[in-house]
Amino acid sequence: MARITLDGIGHAYTSHPRSDADYALKPLHHVWEQGMAYALLGPSGCGKTTLLNIISGLIIPSAGRLLFDDRDVTRLPTEQRNIAQVFQFPVIYDTMTVAENLAFPLRNRKMPKAAIQARVAEVAAMLELTPDLHRRARGLTADAKQKVSLGRGLVRSDVSAVLFDEPLTVIDPALKWELRSKLKAVHRALDLLMIYVTHDQTEALTFADRVVVMNDGRAVQIGTPEELFERPEHTFVGYFIGSPGMNLLPARISGNRAYIGSNEISLGAAYPTLTETTNLQIGIRPDFVTLSSTGGAEVQVRRVDDFGRKRLAHVTLGGLPLVATVPLDMPSVGTAACVNFDASHVLVYQNDIRVEGVAA
Amino acid sequence: MMDKPWNNRAWLFVLPVLALVLFSSIVPMMTVVNYSLQDSMGVNNFFWNGDAWFRDLLDPSTEIGARFADALLRTFAFSAAALAVEVPLGIAIALCLPRRGWAVGISLVIIALPMLIPWNVVGTIWQIFARADIGLFGAALTGIGLPYNVTQDSVSAWVTIVVIDVWHWTPLVILLSYAGLRAIPDAYYQAARIDGASRWAVFVNIELPKLQKVLVIAVLLRFMQTFMIYTEPVVVTGGGPGSATTFLSIDLVKIAIGQVDVGSAAAMSLVYYIIILTACWIFFTIMTQLDRRRDA
Repeated sequence: MARITLDGIGHAYTSHPRSDADYALKPLHHVWEQGMAYALLGPSGCGKTTLLNIISGLIIPSAGRLLFDDRDVTRLPTEQRNIAQVFQFPVIYDTMTVAENLAFPLRNRKMPKAAIQARVAEVAAMLELTPDLHRRARGLTADAKQKVSLGRGLVRSDVSAVLFDEPLTVIDPALKWELRSKLKAVHRALDLLMIYVTHDQTEALTFADRVVVMNDGRAVQIGTPEELFERPEHTFVGYFIGSPGMNLLPARISGNRAYIGSNEISLGAAYPTLTETTNLQIGIRPDFVTLSSTGGAEVQVRRVDDFGRKRLAHVTLGGLPLVATVPLDMPSVGTAACVNFDASHVLVYQNDIRVEGVAA
Repeated sequence: MMDKPWNNRAWLFVLPVLALVLFSSIVPMMTVVNYSLQDSMGVNNFFWNGDAWFRDLLDPSTEIGARFADALLRTFAFSAAALAVEVPLGIAIALCLPRRGWAVGISLVIIALPMLIPWNVVGTIWQIFARADIGLFGAALTGIGLPYNVTQDSVSAWVTIVVIDVWHWTPLVILLSYAGLRAIPDAYYQAARIDGASRWAVFVNIELPKLQKVLVIAVLLRFMQTFMIYTEPVVVTGGGPGSATTFLSIDLVKIAIGQVDVGSAAAMSLVYYIIILTACWIFFTIMTQLDRRRDA
C-alpha cells in the first residue's frame, strides 16, 4: 500500500548517455496514487517496459529518484521493494503444482502455513483455478499457465503495487475479455495500485482509471480514457488512440476560422495566442466529421468501410486524406460528397502540441 | 495406378550405402557372432560350439565368468564414480561462468581445451604427471606425506583414473549445462527475484528442471564413454596394480589378443555391446518421455 513517486526518473541503456536520443526513457515526473489502476500505453520500444522494470527494481535508473511513500527505493533490490510483477510470457515453476506455485511468494516470505492456504484458495477462486490446484503446473495450457502467473502476482496482499507487463499477449481473444474484467474486479476488491503495460488501446482504456500514453521514451499525455479521446494533448495521442485515429490536417488559422487550401472550417474557439503561423494542424476525430450530400466542403470519396453499426469513408479534401463518418440515412456514396466538421470538436495543434483556444 | 512407370533408379542411390554398411558394420559384427558360437583349433578350422562360450562367461563360478563379473562390476563402479563427480561439478562450474561480455568466449575456449586432447596423449601426460619421482602431481602428493603410488596402490590408481576422466570430460558437462542455462528466459530469474526466492530455490525450482533435458544427454554421453574407457588406464596403470583398474574393454583386449581366446572374447564383446545398447535405449526412452510430458 503506497504512493509511488517518480522524481525525474530517466534511463539510458548505454553507460554514458550524451544526448536526449540515448535515453530509452526520458526523465519523467509522475505520482502513482494508491488504489488506482494505471495503464502504460504505447507502441513497442517506447520505453514502457523500461519504466515498469525501474519501478520493480529489475533496472536501476540512470537518473532520478524513486519514492515509495516517502522512502527512497531507487537503489533497493527487487526483493526488498514489496512489488509484484506479471510478465508477458507465463513464468511457472515446472516442478510444482498450481497451489505450490501460488504459495511460492508467500512461503519465501515465511508466512504461516494456514494463512498461505487460505490466501491461495482465495486467489485460485478469483481466477477460477480451484479445480486445477493440485495439478502439476507444467501440464497446463498457456492460458492456464498465465493465470497461474497472474495469481502469483496477486497472492501477496501487502504489496506496494502490482505491475503487469502485457500479461494477456498469450491469451486467446475470447478469454482476454474475461481475464481483463476479472483483473478489474480484483483491482476493485483489493484496492491495490496496479500498473498495466500494453500496446493495445482497448486493453488500456477498459482496464485503467488513468492512462499514460508513451512515445519514444516520453510520457506524452496522462489522463482518463475520456480525456485522451476528447482532448489529446499531443498529435501522437490523437493518432494512437481511437480506431481509426484522429484526422490531422495542416491548416492556416485566422481568428476562429481554419483554412485548408481554399476550404474554410469554423472552429469552436479563437486562437489569439498563436503568434507564429508555421506547423499548424487541426485535429478532429472521424466521429465528428460527417459526410452529407449537400452543404459543406466538397470532397472526393476514395473508399467506404462498413463496420456494421457505422460506416467510415476515406475521402480527400483539397488533396489531403480524411476519414469521415457516413450517416446511416445516407443511402449511397457517390464520387463527390460534402463534409461537415463539428466545430466544438476541432482541436488546434502547433508543433504537435495542443493549443488552448479562447471562446469566441 | 496402371500406367505408373517402373522406375528403379532409386536403387542406384541406395545400393552403395547398403554395401558400405554391409562392409563397415554387418560383416564385422556377424564375424563376431560367428566366433562366439564356434570353437577353433586354429588354421581356420572351426566347429559349432552352441552357447557354451556365453554360458561360461555368464557363470561366475568359472574362471572366465569370475573375471568377467569382476571387470563388469569395476566398469560400472568407474562409470558411477566419474558421473558422480562430473555432473555436479559440471553444473556448478556452468553456474559460475559469466553470462555476457568478452569473458564468455575466453572462458568457454579455456574450458573446452581438455576435450581437444587425444586420449592417449592425455594418458601419457598423466602417466608422467602422476609419477612419484619426477611427476609434479605424484611428487607433490608424496612430498606432503600422502601414500600415493599409481603402480602399487590400487586406491591411488583408481583416484588417478577418475581424476583424469574428470579433467578430460567435465568440460563436456559444463558446456552442455551452460547452453541449457543460457536457454532459460530472463523473465524466470526476474519472476524469482520478485517472488523473493533464495538462490537455492532458484536453482532447485528453475535451473535444475530446465536443465533436465541437457543433463540426460550429458549423462548418456558420459556413461557410454566411461563405460568404454580403455586408453587412459592402459597408458597410466596398464590395468593394475594387479587387476585393480582392468575394466571390461581392457580385459576384452587381453583375452582376445593376449590369450587368443577368440570365442570367449567374441561372446564377451557381444554381451558388452548389448549392455551399452540397453543403456542407450533406456536413456532414449527417458528422453522421449520427458519430451512428451513437456508437451502434455
